[in-house]
Amino acid sequence: MEVEILSRIQFAFTVAFHYIYPPLSIGIGLLMVIFETTYIRTKKKEYEVLAKFWTKIFAITFGIGVVTGIVMEFEFGTNWATYSRYVGDIFGSALAAEGIFAFALESSALGVLLFGWNRVKPWVHLVATWAVFLGSMFSAVWIVVANSWQQTPAGYHIVGEGMQARAEILDFWAMVFNPSSVDRLTHVWIGAFLAGTFLILSVHAYYLLKGRYVVLSKKAFKITLVVAVISSLAQLATGHSSADGVAVNQPAKLAAMEGHFEAEGPADLYLIGWVDKKNQEVTGIKIPGGLSFMLHQDFETPVTGLNAFPEEDRPSQVNAVFQFYHLMVAIGMFLIALSLFALIQWKRGKLFENKWLLWVFVFTAILPQLANQFGWFAAEMGRQPWVVYGLLRTSDALSKSVQANQVLFSLILFFIVYSILFLLFIYLMNKAIQKGPQSDIDFDEGSLNQQITEVITNK
Amino acid sequence: MADTLFGLDYPSWWFLVVGGLFAGYAILDGFDFGAGGWHMFFKQDSSRDTALKAIDPTWHGNEVWLVIGGGTLFAGFPVFYGTLFSAMYTPFILFLLFIIFRGISIKFRNMEPMQWWRRMWDWSYSISSIMLAFLLGVVLGNILHGMPLDNNFEYVGGGFFEFLNPFSILVGITGVALFMMHGAIYLLLKTEGKLYSRMQQFLNIGMLFFVISYTITTLYGLFTLEHLLTPYMENKIFFAVPLLVFLSIANVPRLARKEKYGWAFVFTSITIALLLAVVALELYPTLLLSSDNQENSITIYNAAASTKTLKIMMGFVAVGGPLVIMYSYFVYRTFWGKVKTDTEGY
Repeated sequence: MEVEILSRIQFAFTVAFHYIYPPLSIGIGLLMVIFETTYIRTKKKEYEVLAKFWTKIFAITFGIGVVTGIVMEFEFGTNWATYSRYVGDIFGSALAAEGIFAFALESSALGVLLFGWNRVKPWVHLVATWAVFLGSMFSAVWIVVANSWQQTPAGYHIVGEGMQARAEILDFWAMVFNPSSVDRLTHVWIGAFLAGTFLILSVHAYYLLKGRYVVLSKKAFKITLVVAVISSLAQLATGHSSADGVAVNQPAKLAAMEGHFEAEGPADLYLIGWVDKKNQEVTGIKIPGGLSFMLHQDFETPVTGLNAFPEEDRPSQVNAVFQFYHLMVAIGMFLIALSLFALIQWKRGKLFENKWLLWVFVFTAILPQLANQFGWFAAEMGRQPWVVYGLLRTSDALSKSVQANQVLFSLILFFIVYSILFLLFIYLMNKAIQKGPQSDIDFDEGSLNQQITEVITNK
Repeated sequence: MADTLFGLDYPSWWFLVVGGLFAGYAILDGFDFGAGGWHMFFKQDSSRDTALKAIDPTWHGNEVWLVIGGGTLFAGFPVFYGTLFSAMYTPFILFLLFIIFRGISIKFRNMEPMQWWRRMWDWSYSISSIMLAFLLGVVLGNILHGMPLDNNFEYVGGGFFEFLNPFSILVGITGVALFMMHGAIYLLLKTEGKLYSRMQQFLNIGMLFFVISYTITTLYGLFTLEHLLTPYMENKIFFAVPLLVFLSIANVPRLARKEKYGWAFVFTSITIALLLAVVALELYPTLLLSSDNQENSITIYNAAASTKTLKIMMGFVAVGGPLVIMYSYFVYRTFWGKVKTDTEGY
């Protein structure tokens, strides 16, 4: 039992820490591709400056993302040996495919992206930038496929019994396109776009507030805002589609997300609430029958509740799943409202006039990160007590030969090292942002005015 | 009845694929480890800077081989993957932490000008590189040594420090020596002037270090671990491979004396591949020898994924392998030749 808790904490901690970085790399990568492509097409120097500046930031996030990513691949073997044996055929194949088809592309091209500005022709460099971006998108494909198979297993059969039981592939494409793959992949991709775009918006809003790189930042802000508006709206669609899928494929998880206990009855939709598991009650603001309506366009249609499942087959942390899910949704809604409001201000020609709006953007960078984390916590805790839904329990998936003191030792080490890593990340990001793009051409209206004033007064 | 491809069954093919990937990883990241190992012996900041620039654009691509190797091992031999990684819990966790420190040291060193900052990352880079080489050797040593397994292929030894036995430590040291020799030659290809002549001295030390540690490890292995010799006694033709290892190693100092470092690098690479071939011949078709009861040994047959999975993955490798080699070729070509000391990069 102790080993199980420690191993679960360790995996959750290392994977949650890892997940700060890949979404940033994918999201910043998208804008890097847009900036550099625009530069190659228009030859306008400011896009080159933007592309180079964001490549510097990208280098920091990508580096930490890679080194913290290998950890999980190893942990499947070190901490979850029984799981590894059980799913190796399927989960292992997806990991191998990720390495061969995605990670190799992005990591090789990364050298050219970072060090090749003066070594290769501009269009070759652009190809490298695209390769890194597409490589990170493909990585997400295989990782999400692997995880989705844990949520909604398909295309497999079970061979052997007891300790020797294993899931083997029957139909590769059914395994890849399992019922939740596509919904979850698009949700993850767009979540990553949001993480990247809102960081870029935050940094350029900060420059605008400080009166630095004003022309450059206005340009970058507008381009990025367009991506943010599209992404935040699209996220609503993929989220809704995901929830529909969860209702069909993992009813116990959906019931936990809304705190719906009654085995068969109309289900409410909560805006906020608190779940009292013991008394099977939720206190909060709700739309009665709202969940039924969302799923079936009717307020009366019954939805399967937690009580339809035996105690040992349903998630135990109902309130946590509920809260993580609702916080994610709330953040998503806020991002839509904020980006649409900014768009309207832009149309009115007032986008950069409200200081408070820019300050809101400065601090919003953290929110998509939180939403991504909360979403995964809801998804993974909602799947419990299963590690592979309906097939293998988390408690059975452990490494039998590993002892609690070993896991405690590694957990402490990871905690120390990741704390150092996080402090370094913040320090280096802050430094790169404070230093700014440092372009040799000054696009800055502010300082340009200043220069003109100086010239005039000297005369 | 077993499915075969060109007369060889799929688990055997997969044994070759995984072995090939790890050989590729050892050759590629091996010189990164070696270069890192020498790093703390450079006195000047500019030398350290050049040495770091020599591997900076390519080490990411090299690390990919580890990720792919791990993925193919997981998918192809899941039983082995689970048992080995959980049995070798401590060394693998340490390996991960050093992989993290190696990576961030390279990334962060040049982001600040302060002397203490650069020193700190220089040391962490160098120690991590040496420890990575050592731990890979230690794990390999344990695989060759065998370990106690039960009839569910679970490791039944235990404790924190089981992974450290005289043989695994010797293999670990030999790994460090091998990669330092290999890395010294790589740096000779990438540097000029004073650093170049200093690397020439280092290479002599590296070659001596390797020959001594390799000889001791081999003798110790032959005298204490009888099972290692069995496959060779049964098929005398196998002795050709150790003979080739000997010839390949002998070539290295010969070419180094003529300053033909390009060829010397080819021969250290071949040496690494051949040493792994020696290991493969000792093991095949076993993957992990059960030291108490041989019945419980993990072989490529009882550890393998289904033939269908292996076939699918052969397809991955057939399509993806040439792609990976193409990317690597392109990147190495872009950064071919001596390190330019002007400040380029991000």
